[in-house]
Amino acid sequence: MNITTKSIIWKITDLYKKYGYNQFKMNKFEEYDIYVNNKDFLKSDKMITFTDTNGKLLAMKPDVTISIIKNSEAKNYVEKVYYNENVYRVSEGSYSFKEIMQSGLECIGDIDMYNICETVLLAAKTLECVCENFVLDVSHLGIVSAILKAANLENSDMKAALEAISSKNLPSLKEICERKGLSRVWSEKIYALVNLCGPIGEIAEKMDVFCIDEKTTQAVEELKEICAVLSDNGIEDKVRIDFSVVNDMSYYNGIVLKGYVEGVPMGVLSGGEYDGLVKKMGKDAKGLGFALYLDMLERLFVQTKEYDADVLITYEKGTACSEISKVMRSYIESGKTVTVQGNENANLKCREKVFITKAGEIK
Amino acid sequence: MKAVNIALPKGRLGEKVYEMLRNAGFKCPEINKSDRRLIFESDDGLLRYFWVKPSDVPIYVERGAADIGIAGKDILLEYNPDVYELLDLGIGKCRMAVAAKCDFRDSSERTLRVATKFTNIARNYYESKGRDIDIIKLNGSIELAPILGLSDVIVDIVETGTTLKENNLEPIETVVPISARLIANKASCKFFQEEIQNIHEALRTQCEEK
Repeated sequence: MNITTKSIIWKITDLYKKYGYNQFKMNKFEEYDIYVNNKDFLKSDKMITFTDTNGKLLAMKPDVTISIIKNSEAKNYVEKVYYNENVYRVSEGSYSFKEIMQSGLECIGDIDMYNICETVLLAAKTLECVCENFVLDVSHLGIVSAILKAANLENSDMKAALEAISSKNLPSLKEICERKGLSRVWSEKIYALVNLCGPIGEIAEKMDVFCIDEKTTQAVEELKEICAVLSDNGIEDKVRIDFSVVNDMSYYNGIVLKGYVEGVPMGVLSGGEYDGLVKKMGKDAKGLGFALYLDMLERLFVQTKEYDADVLITYEKGTACSEISKVMRSYIESGKTVTVQGNENANLKCREKVFITKAGEIK
Repeated sequence: MKAVNIALPKGRLGEKVYEMLRNAGFKCPEINKSDRRLIFESDDGLLRYFWVKPSDVPIYVERGAADIGIAGKDILLEYNPDVYELLDLGIGKCRMAVAAKCDFRDSSERTLRVATKFTNIARNYYESKGRDIDIIKLNGSIELAPILGLSDVIVDIVETGTTLKENNLEPIETVVPISARLIANKASCKFFQEEIQNIHEALRTQCEEK
């Protein structure tokens, strides 16, 4: 982890603390079972596993959210935690395990509209800590699923439609609507899931086309309420409504989030409301949160180091160590970085070269 | 302003798409000079074209080396990249099909041996039909497999069917129709929305005129 990534962690930790979140610390491993039971929630079901002394199968944690839910007791209040933890996952390109630093926050318990607004706001502020030029996409799965269900798209059609929405594939959506013989009114509503996207302030006003029943009307109201909180914080122009953010519906239900920063070609933040996961783990509560993938930020701050050190000190064989140390100290005290080497090394690149002779002369 | 990077697939399809882009005003005269350069910049410096192997286009776009690109639906189905698929260009049309020897008779009693370059497409297709198969991944001359008894059928792109016919094979099922698609990197769409939107609109107008 480089210094810039560390400074981001400090900044966001400070932010979360200000909003009353407590740090959640956890072990490097958990029982394998809890991950296997929820493997669709995880990006991959591949884990590093080993057997404990009592014969129990353990896994190096591939995820933090599941552990937070497992340890949560909240019922009549909302437990608010943040975390900076390493997770162990298979990297997509190399097919080998990688240790990935992840930061994030979670709310578990009796979640209401205010908590949702606060989480979206904190997601936006988190991205702001990383880079001034960011975009936070917000979608509402309640709206997406209600529209598709009301249009009688089921099973494989539903899956295909969701895939098309997530890749903004209008031609494929048109093909599905035509094949199912949907009326123009319903087709237009489905196309709107792709076409209606943009700054939350602009789009929130146009979303009444999705109000088809009580639930969707409420969902649209939720988005408007979020918009009000964001604009009150002066951050609404970087938050966009985009229904192409689709997460697994068996875990996620309401708001879903995906964040981007300029200079990184993939999403760096993702999250949302995951009541389904909390229920599946046998808790009578709601859940909400997001994670920032710090490993993705590395390439944002790549600076090639021009020099290994400011000064390279080499010395003649037999030079007194105290003499070398004295010369070195004088450079360090003048604020320079110094490397002392017995021989000149072609691999080392330094601004200045100094040679000390046995007699203590400096050349 | 930043230049929009456009990955074009090497070959006839890429050239056709460049024609469309040129007609729409996204010119890059440099590109017609036949030298060995791989990257071409427009005069105003706002567009940068490059030729890549067709199956690599989604990789360039998914990882942001290209903001947009042109890729066949076959490649997209096979690699399933995390990109936006904005437009069906309606060119490069063909189909992914199952083909077999003319006298082939399928029997559900045994595992079907399928030779193909497109292992994911073949797997998904037969999975959706509930058919147990043995996949044989080949990288070229797929038509040879059934002739030599290496496989029962092949899953491959069929354009006119001439190659199949000449080898005494015939298409027996269509898996999916294929055409060229405009794809875009998700993050680029957030930060260079206007530039990408302009190219998207221009290509769409060209497609509709056809």
